[in-house]
Amino acid sequence: MTIISQVVFTVISGVFCFFIAKRVNFIRSNIALGRSQKVVGNKRQRLKNVLLIALGQKKMFKKLVPAVLHLLIYVGFVLINIEVLEIVLDGFLGSHRIFAPLLLDFYAPLISFFEILALGVIFSCVVFLIRRNIIHVARLKNPEMKGWASFDGNLVLIIEIILMGAILSMNTTDQLLQEMGNSAYPQTGSFLVSSWLLPIFEGYLPSTLVIIERMAWWFHIVGIFGFALYVTYSKHLHIFMAFPNTYFSKLTPKGAMEPMPEITSEVQLMLGIPLEGEIVPPPEGFKFGARDISDLSRKNLMDAYACTECGRCTAECPANLTGKKLSPRKIMMDTRDRMEEIGNGKSDLKGHHQKFLLGDFITKEEINACTSCNACVEACPVLINPLDIILQLRRYEAMEASGSPTSWNAMFQNLETNSAPWKFSPQDRFNWSKELKMIDN
Amino acid sequence: MIDIKIPTVAALAAEGKVPEILFWVGCAGSFDERYKNVTKAFVKILNKVRVDFAVLGPEETCTGDPARRAGNDFLFQMQAMSNIQVLNGYGIKTIVTACPHCFNTLKNEYPELGGNYQVFHHSTYLQQLIDEGKVIQKAEEVAFIGRKITFHDSCYLGRANNIYEAPRKVLEALDAELVEMKRCKTKGLCCGAGGGQMFKEAEKGNKEVNIERTEEALETKADTIAVACPFCMTMMSDGIKNKEKEGSVQVRDLAELIAESEGL
Repeated sequence: MTIISQVVFTVISGVFCFFIAKRVNFIRSNIALGRSQKVVGNKRQRLKNVLLIALGQKKMFKKLVPAVLHLLIYVGFVLINIEVLEIVLDGFLGSHRIFAPLLLDFYAPLISFFEILALGVIFSCVVFLIRRNIIHVARLKNPEMKGWASFDGNLVLIIEIILMGAILSMNTTDQLLQEMGNSAYPQTGSFLVSSWLLPIFEGYLPSTLVIIERMAWWFHIVGIFGFALYVTYSKHLHIFMAFPNTYFSKLTPKGAMEPMPEITSEVQLMLGIPLEGEIVPPPEGFKFGARDISDLSRKNLMDAYACTECGRCTAECPANLTGKKLSPRKIMMDTRDRMEEIGNGKSDLKGHHQKFLLGDFITKEEINACTSCNACVEACPVLINPLDIILQLRRYEAMEASGSPTSWNAMFQNLETNSAPWKFSPQDRFNWSKELKMIDN
Repeated sequence: MIDIKIPTVAALAAEGKVPEILFWVGCAGSFDERYKNVTKAFVKILNKVRVDFAVLGPEETCTGDPARRAGNDFLFQMQAMSNIQVLNGYGIKTIVTACPHCFNTLKNEYPELGGNYQVFHHSTYLQQLIDEGKVIQKAEEVAFIGRKITFHDSCYLGRANNIYEAPRKVLEALDAELVEMKRCKTKGLCCGAGGGQMFKEAEKGNKEVNIERTEEALETKADTIAVACPFCMTMMSDGIKNKEKEGSVQVRDLAELIAESEGL
């Protein structure tokens, strides 16, 4: 009998591993559609960012209540995985609670601790569901959160509650079977939380309890496999992507825009500045700015997969706060949607389907509303940079499409002719000095 | 009355001298009627502390910031490289500017094009002068006691370059009461003019950003909104006009406040 369940377990895990690996590969190749970029700056600082910001959740704590609730889920998720490891080993080896004989007296306290964490997870998920669906926290209700995005957010929370419920039911029935002296359920000592739940299952026949215990066990582990696969389709992918994303985020001051060295030698030629070394023409297929995801950097695309749609960026965006169409979160969601569309073969990068990121997903009106204030960048708990994408799209409009707003074109012209963004004569630039001397003398 | 000197770098170069500090005035500082007053105030302070400074005068041109934020990197690099040629030609090492946009561009975006300078924003520079006791000797100033000042963080000083304390230290030195707006420092709300917005109409929405920010500033009941950026100056002043509060609330740059307390 155990051999059958071992085989079934191995097959199920194999199938899920296959599909998860396929999705991981899909995501990896989608990110690889972006421009490769040299990673500069010291590793130590990058690792520090990973430790403090991804692992340590430092930036979450700007908002205390969601930070504490999120921490409960996070710690629960990470530590309960130790119990999941036991379940997986049991599944492969046909054992039952394989860690119990190894940990002896520590086993019951450890499982009790996990049960407390599970309660914490359930508590947080319930509060989050209330925040999403009853209190209607404003940042979770923007127009881009309709449909799938809102469903996804709720589903993740519900799945987590159900999975935790399965662990607790499994432990409760296990304890009852231990009390009955069922030989397949060795004595472990009592577990803190599930021992309160014993009355729920009291009076059931031992055979029924075994069925419930086994069902909860299978439900939990298959649920976890399923959830792991689901995560790769969900905004919840941030649990993994936060780590590479914080590692690769830029280390220069937020005010520094990405340089554009590809055009520098051309500008030097135009100015008659002697070139050091050879003229380096822009690489093949080089575009001035970004029209589609292949023009964005791989980090931009990684950002899109790391976004969990919390909306802290949009809640701080001055344009969005004053009713403009721009929402930094939507910029990230659109980038991700476009990547998935291309990855799935529903569109391509050659515009055969007459579709591009700029125009079909993100409109000019959105990017033109940005004040480049960096509030979105500052707000993001996992160092996503929506501003970088916006500025690259603006470059495309200005340098490839001649699609900048008329008043910007006038400003460009002023700069070219008067060396100032306004229509003032360069000769008048120093007039203030005369005015100052006139007052004082 | 001290004799105001405004040497140009070119004039000094003719004598074979290089100024210790270049005061980068910026386009708003040169042309904007209201903001020219900030330039003048800062020059008076520089004169008072007898620092060896100069300006580029007619040789100065836009840093290229608005072109870059609006997406025209060609134009930005043209501006930047011709400025760098001038600056390097004169052997400039240290630059101070009152404009956070110029500051950010000179400090963070010129090095990749060959322009390496030590760049200060005037808030940091003024704080240094105060720390060194060169301006604001305590006994003199009484004008600010009992007044309430709120500071509006500019994005290109704050989030872009992590300068939050220097302007506040400058204001604290005035002995006025410094009150914070609800959104301040890392969470400070933009005035609405950055990223090229200064040079275009706002996109369709239900409110102007500067009105939102002005309302927040007015909630503090401060009589003075201190700013440290020419764009913020324009946006906040417009906001105050819109709310018809010109009679009771002033928008002033840090340099103007220091110059005022110094009786300059």
